[in-house]
Amino acid sequence: MNVPTNLKYTESNEWIKVEGNTGTIGITDFAQNSLSDIVFAEVVVGEGDTVGKGASIATIESVKAAADVYTPISGKVIAINEDLGSAPEVINSDPYGAAWLVKIELIDPAELDGLMDAAAYEAQVQE
Amino acid sequence: MGEPQLCELSVPGRHGLRYPAPDVPLSPLPEALLREDLPMPELSELDVVRHYTRLSQLNHSIDTGFYPLGSCTMKYNPKINEETARLPGFAALHPLQPVETAQGALVLMYNLQEWLKEIGGFAAVTLQPAAGAHGELTGVLIMRAYHHSRGDSQRDKILIPDSAHGTNPATSAMSGMRVVELKSDARGNVDLEALRLECDHTLAGLMLTNPNTLGLFDENVLEVIRLVHEAGGLVYGDGANMNALLGVVRPGDLGIDVLHYNLHKTFSTPHGGGGPGSGPVGVAAHLADFLPAPLVTILDPGDEDLPPLYGLVNPPKSIGRVKSFHGHFGMAVRAYTYIAMHGAEGLRRIAEHAVLNANYLKARLQDVYHVPYNRVCMHEFVAEGRWEDAPEVHALDIAKRLMDYKFHPPTNYFPLIVHEALMIEPTESESKETLDAFVDAMLKIAEEAHTQPELLKEAPHHTPIGRVDEVKAAKELVLCCGVSAND
Repeated sequence: MNVPTNLKYTESNEWIKVEGNTGTIGITDFAQNSLSDIVFAEVVVGEGDTVGKGASIATIESVKAAADVYTPISGKVIAINEDLGSAPEVINSDPYGAAWLVKIELIDPAELDGLMDAAAYEAQVQE
Repeated sequence: MGEPQLCELSVPGRHGLRYPAPDVPLSPLPEALLREDLPMPELSELDVVRHYTRLSQLNHSIDTGFYPLGSCTMKYNPKINEETARLPGFAALHPLQPVETAQGALVLMYNLQEWLKEIGGFAAVTLQPAAGAHGELTGVLIMRAYHHSRGDSQRDKILIPDSAHGTNPATSAMSGMRVVELKSDARGNVDLEALRLECDHTLAGLMLTNPNTLGLFDENVLEVIRLVHEAGGLVYGDGANMNALLGVVRPGDLGIDVLHYNLHKTFSTPHGGGGPGSGPVGVAAHLADFLPAPLVTILDPGDEDLPPLYGLVNPPKSIGRVKSFHGHFGMAVRAYTYIAMHGAEGLRRIAEHAVLNANYLKARLQDVYHVPYNRVCMHEFVAEGRWEDAPEVHALDIAKRLMDYKFHPPTNYFPLIVHEALMIEPTESESKETLDAFVDAMLKIAEEAHTQPELLKEAPHHTPIGRVDEVKAAKELVLCCGVSAND
């Protein structure tokens, strides 16, 4: 299982990469592996929307289950990944790269302190 | 599988019947409704009979094999149900007949309402909802109407344990409610601490599946209900698992305010492609005025010379109709038959045997298939379909391999709180011989998983269709098979 050390993680298996004031959000390798073959992905927020920490930002469906994706932090949506609609399987093949879901402009960077680092997330997944 | 589709069997000009010449003047169709071609298959009656008979022989069904599909209660559907449902007095009724000419059907519906009230411990019952999730929608709309009638319209939060049926969150969202998920505790009960944190003035209610989807009876059910009521909320009971409770526990007595029954699970009406569902809803006295309209009632008790007159009545604060006419009436006839055939003692034995059978299977399988939340179960239990020393094998592979042994697979990958879940519900209908044969197959498959995993990965091998490509089916869904208009 791949858990990059430069990202922050949530209990609900999202990752966030912070560069300056921008957070890029996706689901983890563990999440995509648990869901198995992903057949549908839809970002349910639009550019310019303001979302509160924990709000649903996307829906992902696999042959096994449907799952909501929640934003790890509050902020304004500045970009959404338009390519996933036609190629949701990218979430399986490249969860930390091409399969990013949304980019968010952070409102309160202090919220990041409540997220897990790679070691803590790996420990959670091992449980 | 070698069975072509109807459009492939079609031959231009072939047909199954000839209409007699009309004995009334012909009336031309409006121009706007006419079209150049109507591509439909053209076949003889015999072509169609053979096509569907062959298809039916490719199916697995409860009449051909064991069907331990968790949460679905695939019990035997007694054939006498079909006889009573086909009695001309029921089958040939028109729903708009004057009530005076449909007294038999109304008596049956009235008695079924009364019996379901007694079985569930409720003050009133509607037979209208078309299936379980429709019953849920009806129930949650009743809860919402109740809060609104009291000026409590800020109550928009529905709590749903993570061990609930998957339809519960969908029902709440569709009713305009806000869904908040509650974690289960280590024993598979609703986590009381998590519940307390959510009990506030926005609480509309909680949807409780009990026994839950782990097949476990919530050990704190009375406290869960007390906490929700104390906060001003209502408790919805998902009665899909009533088979475990018949004649033993009445949900209304526990304090549950509203509950749907699945006639097509607990009361042996056909499902799984065999017929429409039916999801009557029972409510406590404080919700009776909100039930869908109409209900069947006794309009005039009659006297020594005259029998009582049954008819229809609209509850005063009704949420309105939820289904045309009176729901799936044929299912009411079947369920009525089933209840009448069993009686109170028989209903209790159904629950006892359903629970006994599930625990027997669990006891025989748990050393090989890990059972999380392992305590005495109700009508079903959830095992894990995975082994550390057979990492490439998943629950899906076990399910597919079971088909080679002529068993319907259990529900898999649900509930979500168990990894690689296999949810097994034998029902009371099955003999010990059948249960043992199923266990033997499961144990053999576990052995194969370790010695010949490819046998599982490529299963099923002996079914009319092999392993289907589920990803392709989900992404490139093509349901139409067109007949070319130019043929």
